[in-house]
Amino acid sequence: MNQLAPLPMAIPLISAAIALLCRRWRAVQRAISVIALATALGMSIALLVRADTHGPVVARIGGWSASIGISYVIDRFAAMMLVISTLTLLAVLVFAIGEGSAKSTSPIFHPVYLVLAAGVAAAFSTGDLFHLFVSFEILLMASYVLLTLDGDEAQVRAGTTYVVINTIESVVLLVAIGLVYASTGTLSMAELPARLAELDPGLRTGLHLLLLIAFGLKAAVFPLFFWLPDSYPSARSPITAVFAGLLTKVGVYAIVRTQTLLFADAHSTLLLWVAALTMVIGVLGAIAQNDVKRILSFHIVSQIGYMVFGIALGGPAAIAATIFFLIHQIPVKTSLFLVDGMIEQATGTSRLDRLSGLLHRSGFLAALFVIPALSLAGIPPLSGFVGKLGLITAGLDAGDGILVAVAITCSLLTLVSMVKIWLSVFWGEPTPNPKVAASVGAAAADPQTRWPIPMVTATVALVAIGLTIAVAAGPLHGLCERAAAEIVSPGDTIRIVLGS
Amino acid sequence: MSIALVVLIGVLFATGTYSMLHRSLTRIVLGVGLIGNGVNLLLIVAGSRPGLPPIVGKLTGSTDPIPQALVLTAIVIGFALQAFLLALAWRSWTLDGNDDVEDDIEDRKIADRRRRAIRTTEAARRAERERQLSGDDNQPAGEATNLGAR
Repeated sequence: MNQLAPLPMAIPLISAAIALLCRRWRAVQRAISVIALATALGMSIALLVRADTHGPVVARIGGWSASIGISYVIDRFAAMMLVISTLTLLAVLVFAIGEGSAKSTSPIFHPVYLVLAAGVAAAFSTGDLFHLFVSFEILLMASYVLLTLDGDEAQVRAGTTYVVINTIESVVLLVAIGLVYASTGTLSMAELPARLAELDPGLRTGLHLLLLIAFGLKAAVFPLFFWLPDSYPSARSPITAVFAGLLTKVGVYAIVRTQTLLFADAHSTLLLWVAALTMVIGVLGAIAQNDVKRILSFHIVSQIGYMVFGIALGGPAAIAATIFFLIHQIPVKTSLFLVDGMIEQATGTSRLDRLSGLLHRSGFLAALFVIPALSLAGIPPLSGFVGKLGLITAGLDAGDGILVAVAITCSLLTLVSMVKIWLSVFWGEPTPNPKVAASVGAAAADPQTRWPIPMVTATVALVAIGLTIAVAAGPLHGLCERAAAEIVSPGDTIRIVLGS
Repeated sequence: MSIALVVLIGVLFATGTYSMLHRSLTRIVLGVGLIGNGVNLLLIVAGSRPGLPPIVGKLTGSTDPIPQALVLTAIVIGFALQAFLLALAWRSWTLDGNDDVEDDIEDRKIADRRRRAIRTTEAARRAERERQLSGDDNQPAGEATNLGAR
């Protein structure tokens, strides 16, 4: 079983190569991608069950010991992230296939998408700091290509900002890794905690801040978020959806590891301020926008603030709440972007001032939007409420009244901008704007809008996953608590990784 | 650790940062290359003292091989990244004849709004001045107030 740990990364990577070879046969490509991600999903679930019952799954690549070689360490947290991310990737792939039957797709979409999946899986399962950097590069490289796949002017403009910012992030991360190696002589995340603890406090702070800057850029926390609302909306809907759901969360995952494993409970005050500002700025940015995609993009930033809030609080309860929030956020955010994709498919635009009265055309679509939207705002009994309740309880226990107030206010403001989307997109006169009608022709003329079946299935599946998280909140929260206990006191995991 | 290498790393970072601050994507690519080399050297320096032989037989008294493996990986990644950036620069050039990194949407909106506001106030001011000139030739007081308001 231990040797299976790299498979969620390896299966998509190998399939990417095969899919590239089959670039002439789109049907074969589609089949390969779906099978690869479904298999990876099966492996991830098996790993989660194993990690929950038997403790962390550890694989040493090439049989080298953890201090020299790369080891794959999958504890409960990593396994949960693997399951939810692969599930989301699979759903978005199905959506993209549905959208692709209506629009033309590039032959490299499927291979690159699989590389992205491999990069995300590698980032979640690695136990080596440098391998984490390489995983980031794999997923970033894939995301560069996906973001600029159409190569039109808006995508090139957005892609340039995105690539340059992420290049700087890579440089900072690589410098941090080089300095960590110079001062400790190891890059294994199992050996680093003990070695870092011996360092001079000043040096320790420097290394810590460098890592936080690199991961913070990736996670889009204040003040390093500015690139996100600019670049994400320009890609195609499924691509934006998967970026929104996964990429920033990989950064958050790395911050969790930094704060709990490498530099346990240091600089939490700084992170608390960063969390508060991220929540506020994100939500205020969203209110100023008038495009569905841009509103949702600013909300990515705002929700990241909640996660950083939980991380900064520290302690098992807060970390458990953070993990739960993270797990809920991935499908909810992605499904909102998929709904936006369906809106665009039906009307040809995502601008609020051009959309109106979609409720009359498709009540079904309105229902698909309203469930994740209310969940995002934290309305009971949906999953967002459970996640935010956990964070706020942890915040009150820690005595951070101001931040709890900020979190609740931001939640209300989130509701405001969700209502704003609802009012202008779904309510109002059903007559489509003549401009919109001209741009899509037949679709607008048809009063009962229809989407390709895969698109609808994928969106419904993700919304259903969001609902399942709410329904199964009890057992899931138990799992999150066990995962948090494991990462807050990582002694056992470290012994298993280092032991032969 | 050799001083020359440390100084070189500093110079590479400084020149790289300077190039990255330009608007042209080609210069940014050059900056990325310079900084990338600076980081690679930093990894080498992080390894161990220079001048030692690479790992042969015994482990004592030889250089640490891990940083060299890291540098190899970093070079490959940097190569791919620069190739992609150059492709992006070329695409940008075919689309609009230059490879400048453009302002983001919000900045452009704000700039547009400001330009429009300036245009309307200037039009209003010109109308005001014409009205004053036609109504009452040579009214220095009115001109002075205008300048003051500006």
